[in-house]
Amino acid sequence: MEKKLGVFICWCGSNIASSVDVDKAVAEAKKLDGVVHAENYMYMCSDPGQQKVKDTISEKGLDGVVVACCSPRMHENTFRKAAGSVGLNSYLLEIANIREQCSWVHQNNKPLATAKAVSIIEGTLDKVKENLPLETITIDLTKRVCVVGGGIAGIMSALDLANAGYEVAIIEKEPAIGGHMAQISQTFPFFQNVPQLLQKKIEEVNANPRIKLYLNSEVDVLEGYVGNFNVTIRTQPAFVDPAKCTACGKCLEVCPVSVADEFNRGLSRRGAIFRYNQTEAARIPVLMQSDCLYFSAAEVADATSCRACADICPEQAIDLDSIRTLNDEFVGAIVMATGYDLYSPLKMPEYGAGQLPDVIDALAFERLLDPSGPTGGQVVRPSDGRVPKHVVFIQCVGSRDPERHKAYCSRACCMYTAKQARLYRQQVKDGTAYISYMDIRSDSRGFEEFVQQGMEQENLVYIRGRVAKVIAEGDYLRVFTADTLSSRQMEIEADLVVLAMAMEPKAGTRELAKKMNVTIDGDAFLSETHIKLYPVESSTKGVYLAGCGQSPKDITDTVSQALATAGKIQLMFSNETLIADPLIAEVKSDVCSGCGICIEICPYGARLMNNFTRISDVNQAVCQGCGACIAACPNKACELINSTSRQFIRMIGDFAGKAEAV
Amino acid sequence: MKTVISRSQVKGDFVSKVAEISGENFFNCYQCGNCSAGCPSVDEMDLLPSQVVRYLQLGLVEEVKSCKSMWVCAACMMCHARCPKGVDISKIMEALRVLRLREVGAEAHIDVTDFSDDYLARAPQIAMISGYRKFLPL
Repeated sequence: MEKKLGVFICWCGSNIASSVDVDKAVAEAKKLDGVVHAENYMYMCSDPGQQKVKDTISEKGLDGVVVACCSPRMHENTFRKAAGSVGLNSYLLEIANIREQCSWVHQNNKPLATAKAVSIIEGTLDKVKENLPLETITIDLTKRVCVVGGGIAGIMSALDLANAGYEVAIIEKEPAIGGHMAQISQTFPFFQNVPQLLQKKIEEVNANPRIKLYLNSEVDVLEGYVGNFNVTIRTQPAFVDPAKCTACGKCLEVCPVSVADEFNRGLSRRGAIFRYNQTEAARIPVLMQSDCLYFSAAEVADATSCRACADICPEQAIDLDSIRTLNDEFVGAIVMATGYDLYSPLKMPEYGAGQLPDVIDALAFERLLDPSGPTGGQVVRPSDGRVPKHVVFIQCVGSRDPERHKAYCSRACCMYTAKQARLYRQQVKDGTAYISYMDIRSDSRGFEEFVQQGMEQENLVYIRGRVAKVIAEGDYLRVFTADTLSSRQMEIEADLVVLAMAMEPKAGTRELAKKMNVTIDGDAFLSETHIKLYPVESSTKGVYLAGCGQSPKDITDTVSQALATAGKIQLMFSNETLIADPLIAEVKSDVCSGCGICIEICPYGARLMNNFTRISDVNQAVCQGCGACIAACPNKACELINSTSRQFIRMIGDFAGKAEAV
Repeated sequence: MKTVISRSQVKGDFVSKVAEISGENFFNCYQCGNCSAGCPSVDEMDLLPSQVVRYLQLGLVEEVKSCKSMWVCAACMMCHARCPKGVDISKIMEALRVLRLREVGAEAHIDVTDFSDDYLARAPQIAMISGYRKFLPL
């Protein structure tokens, strides 16, 4: 029986109506086969517009509807819900996109645009004619969460979720949580004490029975799909048993190794067994396998293995033969809070970092400001321990340089540089702080005031110009720069140079994103689904993004984003099961030969060989309806439900026929 | 020090010719000043390299035409090597010289016979070539 079809054409204000003759389109649509109703309206998505659709479906008993309007991404759901509310199966309604794909791109040719709109409508009508009524798919939901990364983003997200009653596993690569925030001394714009703020949150994590910490750990394998992820976690051996260790510190004294301490950005030395940082949570020593003589000696024949730490430990808490472990966490959602690294100063040889000890990066300067840091909070020169009287802070190092480094602005540097310069001036009363800048970006509450107070109260000298080079001269540094405001080339004799390096995604983000099936941008930052409306959703359903792994940002923005992921996940967990669109692949069991090409081609792992029937099945919960298997199948044994090859060939016929007529 | 940007001044022919000959887009420049910070010849210049580009962006032709900087530029290309936006200022300077020489016409600024044999023996070849280029008629 032929379907009774209705066509609803939206003006979208003037977006469509200015380049498509909507009255003519209605007249043409009425002539098409099976159409019993056609009309246009200024905003079909408005309440009265939707009411027209609903009323007509009821009055005329429509069993197929085409709404010709904007992209289905905008309002397909709106109209399908409206149709469903009056008893029409939602999947018998289709959107004909005559805005993005017609009116917007043909603004100067109304007759052609109108003809194209009509043929898009005609093609969509032909699709609707063969659409089947469908029911949504129900998917099980595991109400547990895995948070990748234990920086402030991961901590805040995990705490909210755990306090809402869900179990959370935090996977942290380093031996302690806290991330880069643990390296920072004070906040802007209110000079709050970071170690205190962070310590409170770390204690909350440790005290929360619903949060499980995997330290020294990384994601090994991710399997599954939204609601049902299986995360395999690889944990490096800890060597020190926290249950036995009394943190007496004897092992630290006997270790013969001395290497640069990463946490202090090379400003201090540590042994192969060491305290990761100064926080209470990190009082149990950790042993770095790659630095330890016990392990390097194992590779050299006849060498005596060093066991100094294990031998001296009065509690026998150190087991050098620990092995790494694998654990599985079954979760419904994942938060990617992978964070950032500072762009390596070694990539800026013109500034001398790595060669000149008194050229340091901004995190190293934070370590100098930290009362529990390597200098007890005293700003001194790494080379000779002298108090620097002239300090040059250079902003945008590696940022905003599309030619050789990163094209983007790293967002937090303007503010933390102002903060660092102010803290320096508060400590060294007779010192001068010069800040080389291009623009001052202080675009949040209290930020502009903070920068201005720095100039007024601490007399920060802002010099507008990018620094060309830094060289050593005697026991000081010579900074070559320009001040474009006074049109002068300048040379500044400085005692210390601080580089506000660009932020880049944490090393390994690219590989991890691949494992998690999450898209990244050209700089390897994790990409959100929509920059305005879906800012914490990744390209994979059930995987959410927070913090600097997504883009450079400060603590305030990171925490906002982290709490947003927790909110999103709680929303998801407010349902008992998940609902998915049934617009997925299906297999004609009498045609499939079981060759398995679809299994290899499927990017979601949704195709599996059925060992009994020897044909390829579709996992309904995993399939995203991308169509890769349909294109790959040599026997044409798979089809996308409601987007079959037959439907598409008819649609193409409609478009091609119209093109000839024009 | 007041400058009025009149309708006739903006997007003048001179500016588009500089762009055409140099092949550089001045509007790529965001005035960071790195070229001026690293230029070894600034001591003798009246406009910083970044200022030359700035005046071209503004279409202030007279300031650029009369500047000494284009003649002082040694085309060492340090500016281009360091420019975060990939603007080759040495090409812009060269375009300015070419246009200026065409405009001024056949007037010799130096007489080669003025140079002593001793000087000619000591002067680097590249300096002689660039000197001829700048100070002799086309």
